[in-house]
Amino acid sequence: MTGPKIIFFILSGAIVVFSILSISSRRILRAAIFLLFVLVAMAGLYYMMNFQFLAAVQLILYAGGIVVLIIFSILLTSQIDSKLDLPKKGHLLSGAITAIGGIMLSAMTILQFTFQPARLAPVDTDMRSIGLQLLDTGVHGYALPFEVISILLLAALVGSIFIAQKNKT
Amino acid sequence: MNLQAEIPLDYMIVLSTIVFFVGLMGVIIRRNLITMLMGIELMLNAVNINFVAFNHYLFPHRLEGHFFALIVMAIAAAEAAIAIALIINIYRQFATVSVDDVDELKY
Amino acid sequence: MDFSYTILILLLPVALFFIIGLLGSKMNPKVSGMIGTSGLFIITLLSYVTAFNYFTHRTGEVFQSIEVFQFVWLPFTDRLVIHLGILLDPLSVMMLVVITTVSLMVHIYSLGYMKGEVGFARYYAFLSFFTFSMLGLVVATNIFQMYIFWELVGVSSYLLIGFYYERPSAVAAAKKAFIVTRFADLGFLIGILLLSFYTNTFDFIALTDLNGPAIAQSSGVVFLGMSVTTWAMLLIFMGGAGKSAMFPLHIWLPDAMEGPTPVSALIHAATMVVAGVYLVARLFPIYHFSAPGALEVIAYIGSFTSLFAAVIACTQLDIKRVLAYSTLSQIGYMMVALGVSGYGSEAGLGYMASLFHLFTHAFFKALLFLGAGSVIHAVHSNLMTEMGGLRKHMPITHITFLVACLTISGIPPLSGFFSKDEILVAAFEHHKLIFAVQWIVAGITAFYMFRLYFTIFWNSNPQYNHVPHESPPTMTIPLVILALASVFSGFVPFHDLVTSDGRALITEFHWIVAIPSVLVGMVGISFAAVLYYKKNSKPETVAKGLKAFYTMAYQKFYIDEVYLFVTHKVIFQFISRPIAWFDRHIVDGAMNLIGNTTVFFSGSIKKMQSGQMQEYIWYFTSGVLLLTLLIFYLN
Repeated sequence: MTGPKIIFFILSGAIVVFSILSISSRRILRAAIFLLFVLVAMAGLYYMMNFQFLAAVQLILYAGGIVVLIIFSILLTSQIDSKLDLPKKGHLLSGAITAIGGIMLSAMTILQFTFQPARLAPVDTDMRSIGLQLLDTGVHGYALPFEVISILLLAALVGSIFIAQKNKT
Repeated sequence: MNLQAEIPLDYMIVLSTIVFFVGLMGVIIRRNLITMLMGIELMLNAVNINFVAFNHYLFPHRLEGHFFALIVMAIAAAEAAIAIALIINIYRQFATVSVDDVDELKY
Repeated sequence: MDFSYTILILLLPVALFFIIGLLGSKMNPKVSGMIGTSGLFIITLLSYVTAFNYFTHRTGEVFQSIEVFQFVWLPFTDRLVIHLGILLDPLSVMMLVVITTVSLMVHIYSLGYMKGEVGFARYYAFLSFFTFSMLGLVVATNIFQMYIFWELVGVSSYLLIGFYYERPSAVAAAKKAFIVTRFADLGFLIGILLLSFYTNTFDFIALTDLNGPAIAQSSGVVFLGMSVTTWAMLLIFMGGAGKSAMFPLHIWLPDAMEGPTPVSALIHAATMVVAGVYLVARLFPIYHFSAPGALEVIAYIGSFTSLFAAVIACTQLDIKRVLAYSTLSQIGYMMVALGVSGYGSEAGLGYMASLFHLFTHAFFKALLFLGAGSVIHAVHSNLMTEMGGLRKHMPITHITFLVACLTISGIPPLSGFFSKDEILVAAFEHHKLIFAVQWIVAGITAFYMFRLYFTIFWNSNPQYNHVPHESPPTMTIPLVILALASVFSGFVPFHDLVTSDGRALITEFHWIVAIPSVLVGMVGISFAAVLYYKKNSKPETVAKGLKAFYTMAYQKFYIDEVYLFVTHKVIFQFISRPIAWFDRHIVDGAMNLIGNTTVFFSGSIKKMQSGQMQEYIWYFTSGVLLLTLLIFYLN
């Protein structure tokens, strides 16, 4: 049992446990916090895979942005001590069967398949190369998706303000 | 750090599968719009793990998966913003965020 | 000789129909009447010119049949082509003259008779339409064109009988006429199809060609003991019997008297009802050579109808009905004449006599109807019990009616004598029994006509609400013209003009037939005079003496009741009702079952469309999983 392996199992265990907790908790604020744990653990996973930038973005965007947003909306829309309704038996059963069946099926397929790890030299994943590639207009450049995403974000910004504003006249 | 030797790709993918289906189950069983949104976020993150893991294990000389994950995150942020705006609007209209009670247009 | 102007004879009435029919409501009724009448006057002149040109320009001994026009109308396949055209031969030219003359008289007469009626313009539009259909019928070049116009004639007859459509009896009569004739036309259509299937032609000239496919090369196909040609000709005669109101399809004609009287004169006396005679005459060579059995049937049916109708006519009180039955009887005469006729030269006497009688009958029967209309116009009643002593009030009507009665009774030298005499001669030479029947019918005819005449113009003097007066000149002038035609049309050299094979034939005067027929007419008149000249109780005594028979004849031998019984009690009960049941329960039931099943299933799966996102997601994912499993299983 090596170090990375131990870290991986801790992280993946945290991800699985907290994700299950976040969907099964009856207190919605706790669920949001469990979600935050999951996201943070994922950031650790990214870090393990050498994607430091992505891990940082994950922390900032998800943990810092989305989860805070969700908590805000929870505070706006629910009593803090109210509990969620228990899910209906039928829904619980069907959801569980689907989820477990899906997991079994997918895992079976995945484990049957043998992946051939690449023997190529890994590319640098530092900020410099990411930034260059992100603004490159060449074959592997991402300038266009980057711009499109920026427009999408702008639209989402304006749209969500418009939707959520109080008096529409 | 040579991760490839320590942890096989299969582990990563199985992990993402589990998170994905857990998120799906959250969407299915919960009636609260915010918890449904949280389920969706879980599913998106599971997909992100996939992208990143494939990138790291199979195509380490490129950054395609990495960028895809970035884009997914951006979209997830936009989606969350819109969804929460909608949820707040719905709450203002119906004083509830439970999908069972928002059935004005049903049938 | 160029006859291309004959197309106008057909086009003008259509034009009149559209002009009056479309613009009639906008114009003064008088104007529409004048337009119709003057238009018809032109058509009549054209017909006369056609007749004159045709009969004075014969090539050789035989009158040729001329196809003036022949358009391809419906080219279905190479072999099945339907033409429209105009055929001129002695028969059609003679019919042109008869139809246009009577129609013109009726048009003029209606100016007075229908004055002030609601729908005056409509009336004239329908008259034009009828004239068009009838003219189209007689000049048809092929049997299919004839069928088309035959149906058009039926429609216009329906429209005119139902002219007073706010009167339920008129509506019922119109429906009855239409349905009965339509039923008969079913036979006609099947006959046409049979005939043309085995001969490969619709064309009259080809059909009646002695060496043609219908006669010389008639197919030897036999069905139920008779040749197919005989079947076809019998079915075609069924159509003719429907239009000509032969027994047992006669029931519509008396009821058709619900229409305006001039219409009865035009359609139900002079023109349309002789269409059956015309049809048989048109196809006469086929009847004679290929279907002599059918011709026998025609003779017997004609003979029976003439006797049957004459007996009923003696008992009826409605003067128009008497005339209607008299029409039946006279058409029976024509059918008999055709039935007993041979083909070619002197043997074709019956053919000539039949058409001669058609010719003279058109005039004197139209005259009788118009005279009756004049009387009805003055008295405002159809019943002869409410009439009497009218000779002083209506001198012109009286004289012309007397002329018509004498003509139909066969008193020489009026036209009826000649034509009826020819028929009797033909019958005498062919079949003694039929001759005897027709001879008796001649007497009965004289009796019932003079019963009518004496009851209307002599007899008692009932109290009229207002004093009857003579009709206006527009009505009396046609009466006088028709009376002159009735008197003198007997002198037309008909045997030179219209014969079975186009050759002139020589007629001899048969004293042995002529004298008894005149005598029996005289006897009939005397009987009528004794019974009806003055009001007395003798008619009641006679009626009581023959009580059962009188009642039966008065009730028209219960033919209508038999029809009602057959249709209501038998056909409706045992055929229509099970079919209706089948339709309502089985056919509709199957449809309802499909509908209800769909509703049931959609109701049960409606819940799936809950509108809840989560359920849709679940359906979607489980579907994907199942598909994946399936693919695994298949691999």
